[in-house]
Amino acid sequence: MSVRTLPLLFLNLGGEMLYILDQRLRAENIPGDKARKDEWTEMDRKRVMNDIISTMFNRKFMEGLFKPQELYSKKALRTVYDRLAHASIMRLNQASMDKLYDLMTMAFKYQVLLCPRPKDVLLVTFNHLDAIKGFIRDSPNILHQVDETFRLLIEVYGGLSAGEFQQIRQTLLIFFQDLHIRVSIFLKDKVQNSNGRFVLPVCGPVPWGTEVPGLIRMFNNKGEEVKKIEFKHGGHYVTAPKEGSFELYGDRVLKLGTNMYSVNRPVETHMSGTSKNLASQIQESIAPNPLAKEELNFLARLMGGMEIKKPSGPEPGFWLNLFTTDEEEDKGDDLLAMMDEL
Amino acid sequence: MVAADSEGPKEPGVRMFHRERSIPLRGSAAALCNNLSVLQLPARSLTHFGVVHGPSTQLLSADPEGVPLAQRQLQSKESTRVSPPLITQVHWCVLPFRILLVLTSNLGIQMYESDGSFMVFCHALDSGDASPAQAVFARGIAASGHFICVGTWSGRVLVFDIPAKGPNIVLSKELAGHQTPITDIASEPAQGQDCVADMVTADDSGLLCVWRSGPEFTLLTRIPGFGVPCPSVQLWQGIIAAGYGNGQLHLYEAATGTLHVQINAHARAICALDLAPEVGKLLSAAEDTFVHIWKLSRNPENGYIEVEHCHGECVTDTQVCGARFCDLSGSSFAVTGYDLAEILRFSSM
Repeated sequence: MSVRTLPLLFLNLGGEMLYILDQRLRAENIPGDKARKDEWTEMDRKRVMNDIISTMFNRKFMEGLFKPQELYSKKALRTVYDRLAHASIMRLNQASMDKLYDLMTMAFKYQVLLCPRPKDVLLVTFNHLDAIKGFIRDSPNILHQVDETFRLLIEVYGGLSAGEFQQIRQTLLIFFQDLHIRVSIFLKDKVQNSNGRFVLPVCGPVPWGTEVPGLIRMFNNKGEEVKKIEFKHGGHYVTAPKEGSFELYGDRVLKLGTNMYSVNRPVETHMSGTSKNLASQIQESIAPNPLAKEELNFLARLMGGMEIKKPSGPEPGFWLNLFTTDEEEDKGDDLLAMMDEL
Repeated sequence: MVAADSEGPKEPGVRMFHRERSIPLRGSAAALCNNLSVLQLPARSLTHFGVVHGPSTQLLSADPEGVPLAQRQLQSKESTRVSPPLITQVHWCVLPFRILLVLTSNLGIQMYESDGSFMVFCHALDSGDASPAQAVFARGIAASGHFICVGTWSGRVLVFDIPAKGPNIVLSKELAGHQTPITDIASEPAQGQDCVADMVTADDSGLLCVWRSGPEFTLLTRIPGFGVPCPSVQLWQGIIAAGYGNGQLHLYEAATGTLHVQINAHARAICALDLAPEVGKLLSAAEDTFVHIWKLSRNPENGYIEVEHCHGECVTDTQVCGARFCDLSGSSFAVTGYDLAEILRFSSM
């Protein structure tokens, strides 16, 4: 319903995509002098990341994105990421792209759902952007592009009310409705149940601006407190320590949106222990919808702002496989277990 | 399931709630507030449920054991825009001579016969003076006398005059009082001489407007917000119960707008409130997965509003989006959750 949701959706999904690609490219890292012609080096990795990030943060593209508009279909958005993922010399096969998109969407769905306050989705976005700036810290031009987007975010979202953020949150959740793909890193960390649903902890800090539940205060006609009663509310909450920063630089406090694939990842530590083991495993796939004419126009406008660099010279595209082996793709339920870090 | 009880000595009969059989839904519930409407028909041993899925709404009826008997899906009107129509709320309006089912969406308002079989009336929203950054939609539905009041994105409340039968429904007035999107509307039958306030409207800024209803609707008082939305509001015997986005539940004296009770009730935004008016029970549900039941009363000496916590239920791993009592004594309730394709039922009977 909110017409200000698309930039947040695009930037956060894009951020998750970059985390995954970075992690997989590092896993394939071969020291430059030892690499064969078809193997990835650190220089290749940096180049891929630079190409994708500079395409993603292209100024004209961003300006189009930030105009108030409705969210379009999942199919249309998926096409944008297909193009973005191929904005460099890297090539992904269809199955890898599917898997990448599944991981991206489930990660951001998790982040939106677990956001303590609706406004915290902005902190999640800032976490992604902070990390992206880390990926391209050696490239001042691209860094400048990202900072410009940062400023645009602060300008557009900094002044929105809690009610407008609640609408944005609801719009995002409606977009992610019925997606229950199980992700092995989530299953391992016990933030997702085996039925694909996320664990919602009933402990930890309350959102900034919320009091710990359990108190009833009664007042007289003059506004003076006359009685105070406590009640058992059932959770184990504590006060929020401090508010995250909404400035260009600052401690975001919230860990949602930081890189969960990196080695020293900061993870939420307060989680409920039980995970239900239900008989049926729900595996959903997004049924492809035929693109409506209007969606094609929307895509054309978005793509028009995106400068896709074609691979120059005689270099072939470098293929990145997000699966360990081709055989493992066929293993159905064991697939997730087979995908080590991912 | 974690449950917390604070039963007082006065309420020995209402103790533990247990899970009853769930009612399966064709589609999951959308992450909206007040996303469950219940029509109790005790004379026919039937309960009707209404849940918004997104572009469609599911209606179903069940017997006292929760066995589903009939179900129907209602789609919002066809959209000429690219974006799919999104229903924001479904609600049964009980009027003196008829019951109508009302649907609000990002296109407008549709009114059906109570079983959803036939659309009686529809009203398209006028988005004329909306800025491009404002989403246009209707939300907030309540019956007041022979009127149905529906809120809109601009803060205007549309008042429809409903005849005893037939489709001649007329938009009779628009109430001004809010500047931000309406979230919820509550009403109760006029109580008599002393209790003149019988309708409350709430909005995204947390502002509450208290009205005396028709034929002319008069704004009696305004209760300002404090920076968070008020997604859900109820009115009982001159007591306004308001649930807020920061998890707080406030009780106000409707006649004066004075705050009498402030409860730190939930750790996340409250998304639904319901009343069992015959016994003064209030139900609050929030995104923190908890449902709490409260007993409202007035101090016999000074008439001040008092409240007592009766029961807390944790609906594990479920972001609750709707909750309603299912019987007049407040001994059973139903809950919907985001992404959940079933209606969960709890009973203490």
